[in-house]
Parts: sequence; structure tokens; C-alpha cells
Amino acid sequence: MPGRRSRRDRERLPVPALALAVIAIAFFALPFIGLLWRAPWSAAWSTLSGGGVGTALRLSIVCSLWATALSALFGVPLAWLLARVDFPGRGFVRALCTLSMVLPPVVGGVALFFAIGRRGLFGQYLDRWFGITIPFTTTAVVIAQTFVAMPFLVLTVEAALRQLDRRYDEAARTLGASRWYAFRRVTLPAIRPALVAGAVLAWARALGEFGATITFAGNYPGTTQTMPLAIYIARESDQDKAIVLSLVLIAVSFAVLAGLRDRWMTTGTGTGGDGRRAVLVAP
Amino acid sequence: MRSRPKIAITFATLLAAATLGTAASASTTPDAIIAGEITVFAAASLTDSFTAIGEAFETEYPDADVTFNFAASSDLVSQINEGAPADVFASADRTNMDKLTDAAGNGDDPQTFATNSLAIIVEPGNPEGITGIESLADPDLIVVTCAPEVPIGAYSQQVFENAGVEVEPDSFEENVKGVVTKVAEGEADAGLVYTTDVIAAGDDAEGVDIPADINVVAEYPIAVTADAPNPDGASMFEAFVLSDAGQTVLADFGFGPPEAAPSDTTSTDSSAADSTVPETTEA
Repeated sequence: MPGRRSRRDRERLPVPALALAVIAIAFFALPFIGLLWRAPWSAAWSTLSGGGVGTALRLSIVCSLWATALSALFGVPLAWLLARVDFPGRGFVRALCTLSMVLPPVVGGVALFFAIGRRGLFGQYLDRWFGITIPFTTTAVVIAQTFVAMPFLVLTVEAALRQLDRRYDEAARTLGASRWYAFRRVTLPAIRPALVAGAVLAWARALGEFGATITFAGNYPGTTQTMPLAIYIARESDQDKAIVLSLVLIAVSFAVLAGLRDRWMTTGTGTGGDGRRAVLVAP
Repeated sequence: MRSRPKIAITFATLLAAATLGTAASASTTPDAIIAGEITVFAAASLTDSFTAIGEAFETEYPDADVTFNFAASSDLVSQINEGAPADVFASADRTNMDKLTDAAGNGDDPQTFATNSLAIIVEPGNPEGITGIESLADPDLIVVTCAPEVPIGAYSQQVFENAGVEVEPDSFEENVKGVVTKVAEGEADAGLVYTTDVIAAGDDAEGVDIPADINVVAEYPIAVTADAPNPDGASMFEAFVLSDAGQTVLADFGFGPPEAAPSDTTSTDSSAADSTVPETTEA
């Protein structure tokens, strides 16, 4: 796929493909238009200034950023392992580490209970030996979000590592670089777009996380009530408030996604001088 | 399944008249066709009892096919008001039923068919030695209730108020099953649920009674929706729930009789009855 060139030449899609693409855009746009159409604009301000929104939004942002950071910290080495090291049972490990993507989040939350809850397989020792109980704390929110979000980063980064020509790595090694140095200075910059894309996916998933959070972390304003929980609970009594809260969350997410995409996630619009990015563009 | 032949019409009607007596004659026309699909939207707390009633109803009317949608009453009422094809709505509180009948004019005159009260749910054996609402004020206990936006959450607040006890829950669950699960799994020490939930939990949990003078009586109203695809089947199902057969099943699952409903609702009932006299709007 030509990276740079497609932008300059303004490639034209064949009409059928264009038609399908437009339908796809409409498919994504219509629900949001519906939401905007039903939004109680007159009541929006009083809802937003009514308190609680800021608390939930702040908690959502803090927790999702933590979850993204943890996903990157543990997910990149995991992806490296899965992409580069041939070990028995690799397929099994990969399936295991991405299982939480397909697991209904509520089940994920229950599973976390069984593992690290107060009476969980390991959690009971945390409680008995250290007096630590994880459920109903902000830590539980971050754990639940990381559990469901990390696979998005792992899969994205692993795919990029697999596509990457290993000879760049090997060349660096023959020139005396250590494994770690070569990874940091050659591999990591080359997969940076994929890493950013994976991190954004993981962040988006963490920000929208609901099921595992409410199951494992509970719902308490300021401690565990993130925006999706606040929206869901608001809907029980006041649909208008729920819509306003949703629009806030959508606006924040949209701003971040739109802002990041062109700046960081495309390979062709490098801010110049970064030759290593060409590696990704090569087939 | 969907389109069963509408046979034995008169037989079914005769049977209905014979078995249901007064309750049936109140709300069904003599030549009702009790066949086809009857879609019942019922509060989550009715899951077990209504499933049993549905089976009894299908035994009584073999041509009928009762399908249920169990969820929070607030979810159900918004689904119906957004056009979901429900025949019958059974709510866990009057507020959500009012959203159907008042705001949208979307149902007939609701009938109270059952009552429920609150109980404290604790782990089997009551390890924390909880004796009543006062015990829950202990800040070391992990207490969970439902969010005040959900009917049972509002009732819980009411009970705390009646008892004059300040309780700071660790989580506000979005539905009562969330409270049951967290206590049954040992993640929480105590929670407030419906009496029927303690019975449904079986050996997984234990109940501590709340005295009647500080307890709340929750009322369960049922109504046929205005746009019921199967109005005759819907009326007959409603009548069946109110009949002795339906009431026996509900009592088995721990529900109180409709007569236990607080007296202040009679005013609502009479005003609703008044309004049906001049304007019998048939959709």
C-alpha cells in the first residue's frame, strides 16, 4: 500500500466501493444524529452544572489513562513475546490473553471476583495477609478496564511486529546493540504508529467500559462511578440526563480520536526527518 | 412457533370463563382469541415467578405462546414508549407504570397484582451477626444497596430514614441481583433486597427481617399496553396473574397479596378509574 502517495494523488474509489463506504459512514453517523435529535438542549446546562458530572468524567479520564498506561507497560512486552519468540503453546497463550475481548464484560467482572475478590482464589490471601481488598475501590476500576482493554493494544502491536522486517533489528544487533537497545531504538520507533493506534483503541475501550466495572468495582460516586456507570444509572430515572451525559462522553472521545488520528496514527504525514517510519510503509 | 393455527377458539374461551371466573370477566371480551404470541415485559424481580405463571398459562391455553422480556422496570417502560412490541407490562413500582400510562397514554388502567417488602441479605450463617438495620451503620461492614434511581434503591433510603439510621453503602448497584450476587459471593457483608430475592437466593444467602413499622411495601402494577399486538391474549394474561392460580404462584415465590398495598394508592386507583369512564380510547 502506498502510504505517502495516496494522499497526494487523491485516489478515486470505484463507484460501488464508494457507495458501500458512504453507507458505512451513514451507519455510524445515524445513531449519533438520533442522539443529537433527541437531546434535551434546553435542559443540558442545568444537567451539566448539577454536579456529579465532573466527578464521573474526571474519574473516567484518570482511570482510563491508567488502564492505557498499564496496557502499554505490560502489553508491549507481551506482544513482543508473542510475535518474536517461538515457544510451545504460543497459540494457546495468545488466545488466553485476548479472551477478555470476547468475554461478556459482566462475566469478566465476575471472573475477577473469583480471582482477586475478597473471597477469591488469590484475593483471600491479599485480604488475610495484607488487609487489602480490591473490590469497590478505584484500583478495581483500573484493573477491570485494563483487563478488557489490553488485548486491543497487544493485538495491534503484535501485528505490527510481525510485519516489521526483522533484518533492521538484526542489523542493529550486528553493530553491537544489545537486544534491549535494538528494541528501544530500532523496533519501537518503527512500530510507533501501531503502538499509538493500539493505545488509542485500548483507551477507548477502557473509557467505555461498563460491565466489568459495575460488577467488580461497584458503583460509588467519586470512587468507582465512571461516566458509563453514571449514564446507565441516570437512565433509570431520567433519560434526558443520561443523553446529556452521553453527549459529554462522546464529545471528549471524539475530540481525542479525531485529534490523534491524523497526527499520530497515519504513517504518511510524518513531521519530517523520521526515516524509520518508512519501514512500516514497505510491504 | 410464531403463527400457530387459531383453533379451538370457543373451547379456550369456555375454559377461560370456567377457570378464571370473576377475574377473567373483568377485563376480557367474551369472544377473545387466546392464541398466538403474548409478549410480556416484566420487572427483573418477577423473573422466576412470571416464568412459572407463563408455564401455567400455556398449560391452560395451549395455543398461546408467552414470551418474556425481563429487565429493570425503567428500561422496559422506555423500550415500550419507544415502540417495542409489548402486550403486557408488569412493573416493580408505580412510578414506572405511570410513565407508561400518564406520560405516553400507552396502557390501560393498571391493576396492583402483588406486593413485596424489603429484607437485609447476609452471607449464609450471618457471620457478621447482623440483627437489623442499626447493624448496617457499622463503617467496617461492606454494605451494598441499589442506586436511588432504581425503585428498590429509593425504598432502601426510605427504610434507613424510617429507622433513623445513617448508612453509607460501599456501592450503589444498578439492579437488585447485583446486590444479591455481591453478598452471595462474599464480596459484601450485607445488602438490602426484596424479601422475594432472599427466597430466590436459596442456600447462597440468608435474610434478616426488617420490622413492618420501618419497612416499605412495594406495589407491583400490571397493565395491557395501548399498542398490544395481541390485546385479547394480553388481557387474558393479566387476568390470569390476578386470578387465584396466578396469585398462588406469586405467594409461593414470597410475594404479598395486592391487598397489602399501602392505602394511599387508592386515590390513584380511583382517579384512574374515573378517567376511563368518559374516554375509552381504543388504539
